[in-house]
Amino acid sequence: MKNKIPLSSLPIGAKGEVELIMVNGLLRRRLLDLGVVPESVIEVIRVSPAGDPTAYLIKGSLIGLRKIEANQIFVKQL
Amino acid sequence: MKIEKASPTDIVLALAGNPNTGKSTIFNALTGLKQHTGNWPGKTVTNAQGHFIHRGKPFLLVDLPGTYSILANSPDEQVARDFICFGKPEATIVVTDATNLERNLNLALQIMEITSDVVVAVNLLDEAERKGISVDLSKLSAELGVPVIGTIAREQKGLTELKDIVDDIVMKKLQLKPYQIRYSAGIEERINQLSLKLEKILRGKINARWVALRLLDGDETIIESIEKYLLPSSIDLRGEIASW
Repeated sequence: MKNKIPLSSLPIGAKGEVELIMVNGLLRRRLLDLGVVPESVIEVIRVSPAGDPTAYLIKGSLIGLRKIEANQIFVKQL
Repeated sequence: MKIEKASPTDIVLALAGNPNTGKSTIFNALTGLKQHTGNWPGKTVTNAQGHFIHRGKPFLLVDLPGTYSILANSPDEQVARDFICFGKPEATIVVTDATNLERNLNLALQIMEITSDVVVAVNLLDEAERKGISVDLSKLSAELGVPVIGTIAREQKGLTELKDIVDDIVMKKLQLKPYQIRYSAGIEERINQLSLKLEKILRGKINARWVALRLLDGDETIIESIEKYLLPSSIDLRGEIASW
């Protein structure tokens, strides 16, 4: 777990490679369908004015994730 | 879901694809209907249906909601899934975005797990070219085990070829061997056990392997849909499964 950090902790402009998805059930399925799979690279694009959700670039599409979701996706910062 | 056949001989086709792949543009180009095309979720609220005639035969094309998946995370996905599973389309066209195939093939693979009568349309080839992306269509077809047609729907390119292939699939002129995902040994064993039991109830009305996968996934909605569309009310599928 040493260099695994939650996706939510990446700053704007940073990229992370997905290592672990600590979510189960429908939300996990949803994330997998959207391209959040091990080894995919996610870039932080911008944060909404309220600080949540955050827009991420995932396999060519801009996807908004809430902090509660991004907290459970662990990445290796690139 | 109501299917409005113009005549009982209509050949029913499903049109599936991710959002923003030009799926509705292909629908309009094939059927001549002016379905509104635009970029917002839920645009294809209900199934649009349109007719076309090709090689002298009447086809009925059903435009499904644009989804990334058909594993029933949302009402849109359930509509798409239920039509492919229970609407008995004789072929399914999966429209993909040539500029983002990796994302789009997820849906194609999911559909190929349910039915082998699939053709993949790689659309937006012009945009891909502008972005410096070239797609090796014949290699993609070889890897997927189903026909792959390149299209530029806005310019009507590739559509005749697409219709030809659809007719070939319906006429069983092509040998399709869609790529099937193999799961780990433990999961495959469970799939086989469940499939054998399911097949006795489902009797070939739906792909038992795929249903087994959904059950292993904890998907309850598929049980309801099977009971609703496929089985006589005397059969209690949920009860059967609970007893295994």
